[in-house]
Amino acid sequence: MKNYSKLLLVSSLLLGLAACTGTGEKKESTDPVIEDRSGDADAASSALPHGGAFQGDPLDDPAGELVNRIVYFDYDQSEISDEARGIITAHAAYLASRPGMRVILEGHTDERGSREYNIGLGERRSQAVRRLMLFQGVTDDQIETVSFGEERPAAEGSDEHAWSQNRRVEILYQR
Amino acid sequence: MGKVIRILGLLALWWLPWSAQAVLNIQITEGVEGETPIAIVPFAWEGKGKPPEDIAAIISNDLARSGRFRLIAEKNFLEHPHHGGEVNFDNWRSLGVEDLVVGRIRPSANGRYLVQFQLFDIYRKSENVAVGPGSDDARIKQLAGYNLPATKNDLRRTAHYISDIIFEKLTGIRGAFATKIAYVTASGSKADKHYSLQIADSDGHNPFTVLKSPEPIMSPSWSPDGNKLAYVSFEGRKSSIYVQELSTGQRRRVSSHKGINGAPAWSPDSRRLAVTLSENGNPDIYVLDVANGRKTRLTSTTSIETEAVWSPDGNSVVFTSDRSGRPQLYSVPGSGGRARRLTFEGSYNSRARFSPDGETLAMVHSSGSGFQIATMNVKTGELNVLSNGRLDESPSFAPNGSMILYATGYKGKGVLYAISVDGKARQRLLLQDGDVREPAWGPFTQ
Repeated sequence: MKNYSKLLLVSSLLLGLAACTGTGEKKESTDPVIEDRSGDADAASSALPHGGAFQGDPLDDPAGELVNRIVYFDYDQSEISDEARGIITAHAAYLASRPGMRVILEGHTDERGSREYNIGLGERRSQAVRRLMLFQGVTDDQIETVSFGEERPAAEGSDEHAWSQNRRVEILYQR
Repeated sequence: MGKVIRILGLLALWWLPWSAQAVLNIQITEGVEGETPIAIVPFAWEGKGKPPEDIAAIISNDLARSGRFRLIAEKNFLEHPHHGGEVNFDNWRSLGVEDLVVGRIRPSANGRYLVQFQLFDIYRKSENVAVGPGSDDARIKQLAGYNLPATKNDLRRTAHYISDIIFEKLTGIRGAFATKIAYVTASGSKADKHYSLQIADSDGHNPFTVLKSPEPIMSPSWSPDGNKLAYVSFEGRKSSIYVQELSTGQRRRVSSHKGINGAPAWSPDSRRLAVTLSENGNPDIYVLDVANGRKTRLTSTTSIETEAVWSPDGNSVVFTSDRSGRPQLYSVPGSGGRARRLTFEGSYNSRARFSPDGETLAMVHSSGSGFQIATMNVKTGELNVLSNGRLDESPSFAPNGSMILYATGYKGKGVLYAISVDGKARQRLLLQDGDVREPAWGPFTQ
């Protein structure tokens, strides 16, 4: 278990680095460090070939397309951008191929406006991601949504730079 | 300028004593926008050592915060009387004071205290004191005078109680200083945030922790009887609504559906909660019977509907909806029915709270540049922007309707302000370190 934690920690760090270079925005890994019990890495590899030499669950591939687990939104909007659509589609394909895998979609907003309205807005964002995933074959019992509104900002500060990082849905794998 | 007027007043007094009243009245109307000039003399401490509490400072602070009084600075005082017999009223008239408070604290048995205070209207003569050849001052009207027993722990409360008496005597409106407020604090670094639900005196002193959690706490709501708080807690990283008895600390989870469990608002009879649930995919308003858990749905659109609040008569529920594209306020009968849009001014109007008389709504308002607190006359729809911050939120009326508490950012932190309903007086509440947010002013205590 200890080794596993270390492995996950290292891969989380790599994921974090990859995320930084990928979009130029500060992100942090939100992987819960829980034992992987899915046990069929081969099936996933064949379902999602990425041409590299990475062995194991594509979720742990620091160069894979599942590295991005946060999608961003415009102010007071829950429309999914083209960039976000690409990210969500990759996760949906992965989830559809693994009916046992579950995710929590955590909706967040920036600090502007009232707090409970922002809870509603965060929920709407996570529902928008959920609907797109369901459309692509993920089943309802694989997805749970929760909204934290403006209560858990990713970036502190009261400017557009911080706000743009806080208007987000985080895809959190439960494994 | 004030000085010139004062000197003119004195001269007029000297030469035309019979017109003193008129001259001094001018002085008062010249006073800062109708605020009543009042002097609170520091209370005498008749025990040993240091006084246990600065009662006069607490009262001064309360009255200043209300926006209805102008406190005369102590440095201008010509004397420091502690009971009516010691007062030379001419000394106070010369300062332009209209009302005077004097008092003393005396130690009594078993570590208790006796707080005595007197309130004088120094321009009004009492009718029931015999007119005699003695000092005219003997006939100055005492508006209130009490001996109040107190323990060390409730000296501050006693001071607030005195503020309530003074406020009511001088304005005709019941005072709301001896009341409680609830609020949420967040402290610690981003990786190690801690949230807490607190209750404190209306001036922010004597904070008491109701709940501590590593996950967010939101939307505290007082039951109208003042015995319970409903709130949202994200314990286990999911939202649930809890109702907590304040006397025992016992609490009960009353709503934990899939998705949102948010924005609890008590009905005036303290039996139902209007809440926001999203179990059907998007946020809607429901009414929850707290005793049996039965719920009825009040709204059902595909937009965000949340932040319900009951009108004081219990007949309607006002809520935020973005069915028009942006958040605006709507009203729906408490028993269900068609919703009516209430706000049309500005691009963002949300999180309404009713004034106790039901005639005014306070809300978070934006006309494009930041978010401020605004009030709206429910009948006429006339909107009045009160605050001038960038991120003002969470307005909450005092139980007497004279003030509004709200939260805003100050030097990168969340802080609370109390603002008079006319927007003239504003004061930052002194609270502990960390982010403070979501103030909820409690009801009158019996």
